[in-house]
Formats: sequence, C-alpha cells, structure tokens
Amino acid sequence: MSVVLVDAGGTNIGSVRYALQRLGVDAALTADAATIRAADKVILPGVGAAGPGMARLRELGLVELMRSLTQPVLGVCLGMQLLCERSEEGDVSCLGVVPAAVRRFREQPGLRVPHMGWNRLNRRRQHPLLAGLGEQDWAYFVHSYAVPVGDYALATADYGGEFATVIASGNFHGMQFHPERSASVGARLLKNFLEL
Amino acid sequence: MLSRRIIPCLDVRDGKVVKGVRFRDHVVMGEIVELALRYRDEGADELVFYDITASPEGRSVDRGWVERVARVIDIPFCVAGGIRSVEEARAVLYAGADKISVNSPALERPALISELASAFGVQCVVVGVDSLRDADGEWRVRQYTGDPSRTQALPRRTLDWMVEAQQLGAGEIVLNCMGSDGVRQGYDLQQLQAARAICQVPLIASGGAGAPEHFRDAFVQADVDGALAASVFHSGAIAIPMLKQWLGGQGVLVRPAAKTDDSHD
Repeated sequence: MSVVLVDAGGTNIGSVRYALQRLGVDAALTADAATIRAADKVILPGVGAAGPGMARLRELGLVELMRSLTQPVLGVCLGMQLLCERSEEGDVSCLGVVPAAVRRFREQPGLRVPHMGWNRLNRRRQHPLLAGLGEQDWAYFVHSYAVPVGDYALATADYGGEFATVIASGNFHGMQFHPERSASVGARLLKNFLEL
Repeated sequence: MLSRRIIPCLDVRDGKVVKGVRFRDHVVMGEIVELALRYRDEGADELVFYDITASPEGRSVDRGWVERVARVIDIPFCVAGGIRSVEEARAVLYAGADKISVNSPALERPALISELASAFGVQCVVVGVDSLRDADGEWRVRQYTGDPSRTQALPRRTLDWMVEAQQLGAGEIVLNCMGSDGVRQGYDLQQLQAARAICQVPLIASGGAGAPEHFRDAFVQADVDGALAASVFHSGAIAIPMLKQWLGGQGVLVRPAAKTDDSHD
C-alpha cells in the first residue's frame, strides 16, 4: 500500500510520518501531483494558518488535484480545516470538499484559546474510521479554529459547545486533533484510516 | 471538556536529563528517550524538554535527540532552549517537536514571539517565564537561568511581560516560579493566581510540586491548565498513574493514565 503525506509546509509532517512508521507504513513526503494521484491513501497534515496553507497548495498547483482525488484522503488538524469550504482564519477559501465553514472559538469567560490539551471524543455515528474507539476516548488537541457540527461529523468534542472532531464526506476525512500525538487512541484511528 | 495536564519536565544538558535545586547544582537523572518513554507509558499528558545550557551558551537545541524522541513518543512534546529565529524553530518543529518554547531569546528580542506566531500559528508558540519576587515585593523576570553565573535580573515585571507576550502571539505561557522551584513546598499559588487573572491563553504552573495536594491546589485555586514538575517524577516520589487517580477523586478532570494497549508497540 502506498501512503503519501502532502508536503504543504505543515510542521507536523515529521511526527505524522513517525506515527505511520510505528504502524509499519513508510509514507513518502511529496508535493508531486502524479505521485499523490497514484497513492492508495493521501494524508494532508498541517500545523499553521489556513491562509499560508492554501497559498502553499496553490503555489504547488495542487488545489484542483486535491479536490479531484477519489482515494481515501485524511486531513489532520489544519489539514482537516483546509478540506472545508472556507476558514474565518484570514477569511480564505479552502478546498471545499467538505460542506463546512471553519470558525474561531468564540470568546467566553474561562474558555482559553487556543484549545490545547486532551479532550474527549464523543462518538456521533458509526464509521469504519472509528472502529475500536470507545464512547469517550481522549485525544490531543491544539487549535484556535474549529469545524462546526454537521452531517459530516462522526465525532465531536465539547469546548464551550460541541464542534466536529472527526469528519467524513465521501472519500475525504478529517481529524481535528493530532492522532500522531494521541497515544494509543490516535494510533488506532490512524490504523483505521490506513485500512479504509 | 478539556482535561488538566500533568507535564513532566526534562531538563537536558549534554544529551542527558538533569535536575537542579533552585536552578543550580545539576545532577544526571537519566537518558532522554528512556525517561520520555517511561512518562508516556505512565500517562503523562505532555512532555517538556529544556536544553538548559543552550541559551547561556548562545546555541540552539541539539536536534538529534528531538528527532529520536519524536520517533518513539506518541504524546505531544515541547522543546525549549536557545531558539532565536524562525529558521531554528522550524528545524526543531520539523524534527518532530509539537511546540517550541522561548524564554531568554524572547526577552532579548520580543518580536521573536510574533515572528514565530505568524510562521507557525500561536498554538506552536510557548513563552517560558522565569520569575522571582524581588525585595520590593514585585515579581520580575530572570534571564539565562540555565547558567547561574549568567542569570540576570531584569527590570521587567513578570505580569507586564506576560501581557506583552500574549499580545505578541504567545499561545501558552509556562510560569516558572523560581522561588519555589525544586524545594517541593508547593506551587506559588499567589503568583499563579495573579498570572491567571491576566492570562487568556493556557497557563502552565512550574516550580515547587512536592505532593499530590500541590497539583490539586494549582488546578483548583489558581485554575491553571497544566502543572509541570520534574524532580518528584524523576525520583519516583510521585507516580503519575496514582497522582491522576487521586486528582480524579478530588474532582479534577484528568485523562486517566494510559492503559496497556496492544495497538501500540
């Protein structure tokens, strides 16, 4: 099985790659359109901001390619947000393959932004991506922007209200937390993606 | 809801984990990767590595061990030590660190915080603040604390610096209360409460943990997001699984210690 990590300039590429290696998969890091199109699984990692993330995909000429992929695609953290229609972060248009608009966490007393730390994944729907996951397993989050709950939400978490934490829309999937940093729960979810 | 984080801190010198008392007299506590794995297995929520001599020696973090840690660890970790530029930070993040923490270099040149925040997002940028109460009763920041002979007291008040750091783009602040560090008499709750009142980003308490009650007090009384400790964990005086179980019983929301799981090898 060939798995590629799209090199869109995200800084967590190293740790996602190591997490896949721990699962026995050596994922190539690439920005080459033909390599991405030919892969069995495509992962779009990303830590950073939506604007620079989309700018990088445009520079690489990967925007249309990413939209047209038909194999399972997984966006991690910012990578998941880039799958949505647009993001409030810099007010940018994103890939638009998931019908959602990314929003910043609204100011509330006692609600610190970024949302940083371990929070529970509340399962909303059954899906092969969530195989073996408990009703409320813990995952590690670091983000200031979030995807609202919609039909695409397989799981949510509560931080001043529910937001989507695992999404699926056709062949496009996303995890708002960092599976590569979510201990055995994260390893299981990555393994599930590789087995889709 | 978000849980409170328990964060072992590993001070790194010459490729080994060391610990001093009141930031002095360091003794070797163990190997970096070995200790990191042990804490992962015990249910630590995050690890912080301070390359404590990098900043005083005017060099950046040794990336070799960052990569070694990143390969084996599946919980987040933050790296600090002499990161002075976006390029140095990028190298550490690419090596696999989740966050970078800046302390002395940010005091030298506060714009570093905003440069890092625009390059990587605020969520990557932790500002470490070393703070000590002066004779006039004011908390002020210290610089180059990794090397006692170079440690400097600055005129900058701790709380003013915390406000400025947030404005510049700090995504998290670790407040090292040096007066209580290493002596295990509890976190400096008064200082942490004052810091909490002006801190809108996650705040991590550091310095003084000696008993489970100290963690509870920091979470309950000072409402900190995480509590960092070193010697009590390295020495085995406090075991993280028992600490978390006890905190849970005290009404503090924590992620239960990691279960043995065969999906992780």
